[in-house]
Amino acid sequence: MSKKLENVNQTRLINDSGLLDKIIENATKWEFILVFLFVGVIIFFSNASPYFLDYFNMMNTTFNFMEKAIMALPMIFAIMCGDIDISIASTLALSSFAMGLASSMGAGTPEIVAIGLSVGVAAGVFNGLLVTGLKIPAIAVTLGSQSLFRGISQAFLEDQAFTDYPESFGYFGQGYAGDSLIPFELVLFLVLALIMGFILHKTSYGRKVYAIGNSSTAARFSGVPVNRIRFTNLVLNGLFAGIAAVLLTSRIGSTRPNIAVGWDMEAITLVVLGGVSISGGKGNIFGVIVAVFLLGYLKFGMGLLNFSAKSMIITTGFLLIGAVLIPELLNRLKAKQKLMKQQA
Amino acid sequence: MKNKLEKILQNRELNLVFLILILLVVVTMRAPDFLELKNVERIVNDTAILIMVASGQFLVILTGGIDLSVGAIIAFSGMAASMVNQYNPEMPVSLILLFGILVGTALGAFNGACVAYGKIPPVITTLGTMSIFRGLTFTMSNGQWVTAHEMTNAYMDIPKGRMLLIPNLTVWAILIFIIMFYFIRFTRHGREIYAIGGNKIAAHFVGVSEKKVSFMVFTILGALCGVAGVMWTARYAAAVNETAAGFELQTIAACVLGGVSMAGGSGALTGVVLGALFLGIINNALPVVNLSPFYQMAIQGFVVLAAIVANVLMEQRNEKKILSGRRQ
Repeated sequence: MSKKLENVNQTRLINDSGLLDKIIENATKWEFILVFLFVGVIIFFSNASPYFLDYFNMMNTTFNFMEKAIMALPMIFAIMCGDIDISIASTLALSSFAMGLASSMGAGTPEIVAIGLSVGVAAGVFNGLLVTGLKIPAIAVTLGSQSLFRGISQAFLEDQAFTDYPESFGYFGQGYAGDSLIPFELVLFLVLALIMGFILHKTSYGRKVYAIGNSSTAARFSGVPVNRIRFTNLVLNGLFAGIAAVLLTSRIGSTRPNIAVGWDMEAITLVVLGGVSISGGKGNIFGVIVAVFLLGYLKFGMGLLNFSAKSMIITTGFLLIGAVLIPELLNRLKAKQKLMKQQA
Repeated sequence: MKNKLEKILQNRELNLVFLILILLVVVTMRAPDFLELKNVERIVNDTAILIMVASGQFLVILTGGIDLSVGAIIAFSGMAASMVNQYNPEMPVSLILLFGILVGTALGAFNGACVAYGKIPPVITTLGTMSIFRGLTFTMSNGQWVTAHEMTNAYMDIPKGRMLLIPNLTVWAILIFIIMFYFIRFTRHGREIYAIGGNKIAAHFVGVSEKKVSFMVFTILGALCGVAGVMWTARYAAAVNETAAGFELQTIAACVLGGVSMAGGSGALTGVVLGALFLGIINNALPVVNLSPFYQMAIQGFVVLAAIVANVLMEQRNEKKILSGRRQ
């Protein structure tokens, strides 16, 4: 009885809180800040440049960031479980190398794609086995495989490049969906994001990922197959790096050993900016999708206004820190206000 | 006797020494002059910067954090020091060195403040500042390089001079190693770092301030990066915007090889130094044994992975032994 009364009182307390409190409470939600920033970016750049809010431009610039965005999707799962994969860009390079090799030996488009994807999966299995089988931290394993995978493609390619791909292979990275102006890469990203979002938020697999993120010991004791899920996450990272390899190789039509250098950090930046907590258990797919388009259009807009590449990098850095710092500061402000109210 | 042997096998650092010896034997079999004094001196000198920075990274990892911005701090402080040297050639190099260290310390303190007082997780902070510092390096230099003929000879001699027949750079690394060793082993603040990494809550209850410790470790790492920045630009006689790109991963690899737990709280400085030396030997050995430079990256990755796996397997075997010993 008294418990019920307390509950009622609490709900009333929340309802009674002022408008300012409500705004602060919502504004401290990460996704809200991201959406707010995204709208701000769109408004600012469409005023600053007449070429920004052009349907054709807005569609075509997605070519520049869709591959990284696709690699960010499974990274959400890995980071949420407390793992990380810093070898995905090297996996992409290795997979691209395998596709180039297959193509130079006369393979057709379906075979090339199949080889690219399976090399990605194999790389993921390799990482996953070392991480879960031998219990080595993921960052240590993927630090080594980062050099190993890229090194293999470098050892075979030396300073050469594969540039000979069948014409139909170009569709994945350059084509549009049907007769529309929507790039195939964008459609594929949205479909994959939908699938991964469904898995994360609507299936038991996703619930288990959250459970591992909150406490892997508690998850194990409640019967979650922790190692199997962490293994699957790393394999997914490999598979998606393979998908990104197909798209990127098809888009630029060539394979060099230095393909996509540094993209692992960029994919991780997207995930972290999207609000996925590196200490595990927090985050959702929506935040990451907003972060993808926020960063993508920010870079596009800054490019239109002739900002240098370096100032874009600085902005990304500040965004990353600001996106965590602002909610934290707002929270402290809220706590202070609460304290003052209590004292009054 | 048997007990002693087992104890030696249980020592992580000695395991690494064995691995290094095996590596040396393999290399000397193909290139007998690899172990000549001159070459050994070169290997140590090449590894000196990695040893300095890795020992700072070690402190950060001990607290359970990570610093991805070390390469960018090295680039920024190196560029700042070289530009001061370029525009004030008369300024004594000791002052410039001090200036470089101060710049590095300031950047490290910024990281530390974000982590300790802004409560931003270390990975996010340093992923962000990695971009910010690298971008600021570019902005400061306006994309220009400082090349050998724009530096004074005195500046370039900072790492190259010799003290008691040993190159200055190596002397610096040894000095830093001794200071850090003393700091970690024998001072209160050094022990507090282990306490925080081992169990934050327990450390809090015995009065260790997590904020102060994490601010401290990032600042120390920043100062070491400042030294490294001056040394790097002076040694290679060029300050470019891409200085030390990717170096953070090498420092982390040295720690991981040295048996430092990424979760924090365990590891030893000697292990980190051995890990760094191991990486240095691989880097120097590959050209000596006549391997194409194109193979270098793959072999380095393979050897690092193999060493990590070997280290873990030995450790797991030892744990089993300890457990079965207890049961008896």
